[in-house]
Amino acid sequence: MKKVWVIIRKEWSEVFKNRLVLGTVAFLPLLFTAIPLVTLYYTGTGNNADSAIAATDLPPQFAQLCGDLNGTECMQYYIVSQFLILFMLIPLILPMTFASYSIVGEKRTHTLEPLLATPITTFELLAGKALAASIPGILATWLAFLVYEIGARILAISPHVLARLSDPLWLIAIFISGPLLAIAAVSIAMMISSRVNEPRVAEQISALFVLPLVGLFIGQSTGLLLVNQTLIIYMTIGLIVLDAGLLAFATQFFQRENILTRWK
Amino acid sequence: MTDNTQVSSQYAIRLQDLTKSFGETLAVDHLSVSIKRGEIFGLLGPNGAGKTTTIRMLSALIAPTSGTAWIDGNQLGKQDQEIRRNVGILTESPGLYESLSAERNLAFFAQMYEIENISESVEKYLRMLGLWDRRFEAVGTFSKGMRQKLAIARALLHEPNVLFLDEPTSNLDPEAARLIREFIASIKHDGRTIMLCTHNLDEADRLCDRVAVLKSHLLALDTPTALRRKLFGRSVVFHLHKTLPKYRETVKKYQFVKSAEIVDNKLLVKLDKPEEQNPILIRSLVQAGAEIQFVGELRRRLEDVYLQLIDMEKSQ
Repeated sequence: MKKVWVIIRKEWSEVFKNRLVLGTVAFLPLLFTAIPLVTLYYTGTGNNADSAIAATDLPPQFAQLCGDLNGTECMQYYIVSQFLILFMLIPLILPMTFASYSIVGEKRTHTLEPLLATPITTFELLAGKALAASIPGILATWLAFLVYEIGARILAISPHVLARLSDPLWLIAIFISGPLLAIAAVSIAMMISSRVNEPRVAEQISALFVLPLVGLFIGQSTGLLLVNQTLIIYMTIGLIVLDAGLLAFATQFFQRENILTRWK
Repeated sequence: MTDNTQVSSQYAIRLQDLTKSFGETLAVDHLSVSIKRGEIFGLLGPNGAGKTTTIRMLSALIAPTSGTAWIDGNQLGKQDQEIRRNVGILTESPGLYESLSAERNLAFFAQMYEIENISESVEKYLRMLGLWDRRFEAVGTFSKGMRQKLAIARALLHEPNVLFLDEPTSNLDPEAARLIREFIASIKHDGRTIMLCTHNLDEADRLCDRVAVLKSHLLALDTPTALRRKLFGRSVVFHLHKTLPKYRETVKKYQFVKSAEIVDNKLLVKLDKPEEQNPILIRSLVQAGAEIQFVGELRRRLEDVYLQLIDMEKSQ
């Protein structure tokens, strides 16, 4: 495992010198944290008797999501929960950006052959690259969520809303589905990277895999579907199955000789 | 001692019917060669002759389709990790991390090779190759020659007994190429076995103890001098003040003279044993009135040998 760590450190020292990647890593979590906090702030400042919303005024799917929250609380919770998907985009987009650059970079600089000539195992190489790509995205997600949690405690209009914003739905999404998404993203990006020669091409193709989550976000915003605990649990189970399949496929896919002869 | 131990003590590299196919393309065809310890061995051949594929197989980067090889006593396919640990490779392209410094590049590979005294090894080779003063600079700012030097340093970091050098001086300016050649010659004295893959035949001639000419299969294998003699025999050049037809006739009367011809002011004579036969010819020429300015052996270039072999292969 020592070599895995050596690979991770090398990857980070290389990738973090790339301003575009560094900018993406910093900007995306900042943006995705700011949006729900600003929303919380504005929905909270309107919380007075004149603007109070009756629970009966809300659409049925709101009631299904809110349970015993009053109308105004439900409104705030509903709007902010829309942005849960944004947090789940971070562990998808950041590892993809990393993986696209780190693997295609090996091709462009022809470093793969001397690297494979060392006594490193294929598992160590791939694990190092996958972890180097995943860890920053996962940590950034968790950090962004921590900032959001602190902000939510200050800005939530009531303890009931706060309790909902910290319920298992969010925790499962951030701490379990997030890393699973990162693994899926890295596996997909690595496979795509092995077939193309430009980081941008790898990134653009990989970006297509963000679409299901964007679809989820749009579906929820338009009221077509409801992101609740059941959906997140199903999604997590689906991701476990997907990751297991992708990792098994990746292990088959990345044979040492294939890596060398195909990653030109 | 077992057979393998005997083999490993005598030969650094031994190939036995080593073959590699990519689909229907036969890249290396039943190659059998034994290379002694401390030898600089040249692998010559046109593009696509299987030189790089051979080096890749011997570095345990790709697996042979059939046949096997022993590298520093370790058998290919059975002890691949040991092979990777004990050989150094300079790939066709230097393959360095451009955003990292020279020192960081070497330190990374030193960790991959599990070297104990990383900083000492890195310093040793950076100093040896004249890169110490620029150790903190990103490799992306380096010239081609500097990158090649750094790649050679990387190949040597773990003190391998066997070194594979794939086109070490290609695309370098003459000065940088000379420096690299001098360095290769110097590391031979450390007892390392070097397999040099090159298109630069003059370089192979100067550096290699033996050369193999490949075109998927082995066309020829010997010392450059022996190959010249096998293909062209030995020719002596008599530089004369005046070249007259009678001088040619003078030497031609001897049975040991295989051929004699006049080219400009030189008399070219093909012989088997010039060391014994030259004095006889010199005496006869002087008696015939020739004024001999110089006598020397005509040194065929390795390029002539190579082209002759390739032509012979084409005509078959």
